[in-house]
Parts: sequence; C-alpha cells; structure tokens
Amino acid sequence: MNIVVTVRLVPDLVEELEIDESGTALDMTWMRLIINEFDDHSIEQGILLKERGGGQLTVVVPDVEGADDVLFAAAAKGADRLIKVVGDFEEGVNNHALARGLAATLKDLQPDLVLTGVQAHDDLDGSVGPLLAEQLGMPYVGYVSGVEVSGNQTTVRKEYPGGLIAEMAVTLPALLGIQAADEPPRYVPISKIRQAMKSASIEELDAPELDPSGAPAVSRMFEPEAGERATMIEGDEEEIAERLIEIFQEAGIL
Amino acid sequence: MNQDIYVVVEHLRGQVSDISYVMLAAARVLAQGTGGSVVAVLLGHNAGELAGDLAADRVLYVEHAALANFTSDAYLTALSALLSEQGPRAVLLGHTSIGSDVASGLSVRLGLPLVSQCLRVSEDGKFVSQICGGKIMAEGDLPEPTALVTVVPGGYKPEEGQSPAAPEVTPVAAPALEGLRVSLAGYVEPEAGDVDISKEPILISVGRGIQNEDNLELAQELAEALGGVVCSSRPVVDQGWLPTSRMVGKSGQKVKPKLYLALGISGAPEHVEAITDSEMIIAINTDPNAPIFDIAKYGAEIDMTDLMEVLTELVEEAKGG
Repeated sequence: MNIVVTVRLVPDLVEELEIDESGTALDMTWMRLIINEFDDHSIEQGILLKERGGGQLTVVVPDVEGADDVLFAAAAKGADRLIKVVGDFEEGVNNHALARGLAATLKDLQPDLVLTGVQAHDDLDGSVGPLLAEQLGMPYVGYVSGVEVSGNQTTVRKEYPGGLIAEMAVTLPALLGIQAADEPPRYVPISKIRQAMKSASIEELDAPELDPSGAPAVSRMFEPEAGERATMIEGDEEEIAERLIEIFQEAGIL
Repeated sequence: MNQDIYVVVEHLRGQVSDISYVMLAAARVLAQGTGGSVVAVLLGHNAGELAGDLAADRVLYVEHAALANFTSDAYLTALSALLSEQGPRAVLLGHTSIGSDVASGLSVRLGLPLVSQCLRVSEDGKFVSQICGGKIMAEGDLPEPTALVTVVPGGYKPEEGQSPAAPEVTPVAAPALEGLRVSLAGYVEPEAGDVDISKEPILISVGRGIQNEDNLELAQELAEALGGVVCSSRPVVDQGWLPTSRMVGKSGQKVKPKLYLALGISGAPEHVEAITDSEMIIAINTDPNAPIFDIAKYGAEIDMTDLMEVLTELVEEAKGG
C-alpha cells in the first residue's frame, strides 16, 4: 500500500492578519505559516493506516517557509519518505496552481491512496484535494472522518450535517479529503523531531512552471465590518463573573 | 453562453437542504443583474417533487437510479455533461459536504474558474467570500465565462429562496453513468447521545481554549450549577474529550438555546452557522479579534480557565440566596 499525504501551510489565525498595500491580498511579510489542521489529521490517518495494514507513507509539501519543520515532524511520527516540491510557491500561490504543481510529482509516486485536508481556511478557489484528484484522474471523497482499506477498495465515513454519516465505498487509487483522523493527531516530543532531523532526509523535486488559471481575481480584501459587536464586560474574573450573574438573572436563567 | 444563473440543488434523504434556498436567493440577486433566469438543477431518482418550493424560474431535472443518493463520481459526471452543453453565467453549489466534493472537479474537468466560500453576491456580478475563519473578506468580479461558486450559509435567509408557486420542471436526459468508482454503502445514524443538545435551553460550549481534558470538569460543574449541559466546537470532539453527539457546528448539531455560553470558541463560520438561532450568546475569549464577539450579545476578554471556577461559585451563591 503506497500512501501519499499532501500538505499545505496556511497563515496562523492566532496571529494578527494584515492586508498588504495593494489591498487585495494578505501581507505575507511577517506571516507565520503553520500546517493546515486538516492536513495534520491526514498525516495521522496515513500513519494509522500504515500501522494497521503496512505500506509506505510519503509526505509531500510545497517549498515554503516552515516546510522542513512539517516534514521532519511527520518523519518523527512515522512517515517514510519526505518530499519537498520546489517551485515559485512563496508568493501566496492559489490552489489551482498548487494542485497543478503537485500533480506531476504525485503521478510519479503512483500512490494507491492520497490523503489531504478537506479544506484550508484561506481557500478561495476550491480545495487542493479535489483539484488534484481530477488532475490525477482519481475519484475523490471529502469530509472524511474514518478510513478503512481492504484490497483495492477503501470504505470511508463521510460527514453530513446533524451528525449523519454516509459510508462510501471508493475504488483505489483514490484521493480522500480528510476532516478528522480516526484518532487525534499524536504528539511528538521535540527530541524525537530533532532525531528525525539527523536521520531523515528531504528529497527535493522540481515543480513545473505554475499555472494559476481557474482562480478569481480579488479586487479588494478587508476585515468584516463589525456589526453590532458584543457589549464587552471589563474587569478581572470576579468582576466579570458578577456581571454575568446579573445578566443571567435579567434573562431569567437564574 | 447565456446569462442564466444555475443552482445545484442539494438534498439529502428526501429533504432539500437549507443551503439550496440560500443559493436560490443569491442567484436571484445575480440574475437581476444579468437579466437571465434562475435555473435550479436537480439531480436525483424519483425526486421530482423536491422542486415544489424552489424559488426558481425553471428546474432542470436529471433523473437516474445512480443519482438516488449523492456520490461525487455520479454528480460530477452528470453535471459536467449538463454544463458542457449549456453555458450559464454562473453555477452555484453549496460549500458543503456535497457541493465542495464536486465543484473543484468540475473546475478542472470543464476548465472553468471557481470561487469558494462565497457569502454574498451583488447585482453587478461581484462576489464576497469569507476566509480565514471569518476574519477576512475577499471581493472580486465573478470570473468569465461561467463562474463556478461554492456558497456558505449566512448571507441570505433560506426563506428568501422559497416560493409557494411550483416552478416548471424540464426533464434532462442523464449521461451514461457507468464504471462509477464511488458508491454509497449505507447511512450511519447519529449516535444516540445522552442528551439532545439541539433541544437544551442552556448550553455551556467549550472550544480550543479549554486547553486540556482536565478543565472539562470545570465546565461540567458550571453547567450543573446553571442547569445546563456541556457541548463543544469541533476540536474538543476531535481530541476525543466529548462524544460526537455534543458537537455544535456544520457536521454536528444546530442549536437554539436560551443561553449559549461560548467559552474559548473563536467563532469560525462552520461553528457560527449552527448557533445563530440562539436567543443569547455570551462569548469568553482571550483574543479580542475573535469573530465570536461579532455575533455575541455580551463578551469578555479573559481566559475561560480563569473564569469558570469563580463563576460556578457565584452561580451557586445566587441560587442559594
């Protein structure tokens, strides 16, 4: 079983987001990039499948700031092969370009199963998973929170609203958009990542020239106009708690 | 090439999903600008009656046994066949477990541009998308010639896309749907939870800010004092700290309590769409820019773990006195 996980890095939403001078894009200058949380779940799902059924797990990341850290962390968790796709990815490339940029590498790897996060919070032109699936001619199922493989077929749990699950049977090779792994992503201590940095090696592969067509042009980016924002309660925890009690009483909750 | 706006109707187990009506409302705005019609595209098997209350000028109904339940493979094949013959100005799909599974594939297969996470549109053909967990909006012109658009809830009310007058339904022949690689094995009903949070009047909801599983006990104590129950956003359930039956959000439950106390929840759109019917939302978060404060009535910028214990004490006191 040849499993490939593709990973995208996204702005860390914990940090303040700023819009650049053009007013049409995020300012990437000081932006901290972190692994897309759903890609983290994809790595975990890949490792779980490997632990259960054997096989090889390859993690593929476009070459942006932070890519090496993501790959070494994946190696520390159990990934066998680390690939960095080198191209002009730094300039906030869109998903269409990224999917095309990864497709050539993925074709060469001839995976049985490709896993990637169902979406990323900054998706503006579709998601990498289903774009890539179509490039590779593979079937795609997204919003997946459970994967089993048997023979040339995978059975996945696809999430619908209200907690409803659809079990879908998918013929391999296939690409799955992961919402959550069967188990939460495991924690790896820094010491193990350091070890991986010494023992594991990153292969660099060249991406073709990136083609961004298929995405919309953004003419204006802005922070949402604050509507009626919450009335903020000031003070320390005592004072806030006291005011909340009053509010509960006014609303007839207490 | 025409000026019509198509809406791919989402339905699940015999019911049209709310997002379909939201899209019809958005489509009406665009159609007023282009002068074209709003055309609902319904894919299904024995599903014609679902067209009844769609606020569309007409309905194209693609009937096939393989379309009885949604699968990405069959939908993608059927929609590409339909769209390659017709060239509407835009095609709206849900930014959902159904629409998002096929929109990207359509974009590649048909070579058409795609806009995602669209919240609102305007008569002059602009989209506004909501990205970065609701912290950033991106605006632009709908790309030519046919824009594929995935729509998030929140921009229009479902009622705006409903109509008492049944629209005219035109059957469209389905393409050959053979050699499909995705099939539905069955549905798994939601876990019968200990409580049904969609019916609870007082919800103490915890998010990432809970930090660790031990703190859940503090939330539990607060809930007990208030006579409510604990629920959560996705990350807490993904950690295995609460069962799926307690999850509020896009894939979880939609709730409408008297009090929704959001502790350490940032308010990403996938969460917000499920709590907007709450009577009163109170948000506690350390991030003053958290979008949850945009929909809460009251808020406080404080660490939930510092607040819970003292609040529980005061609630107990107030009840005692």
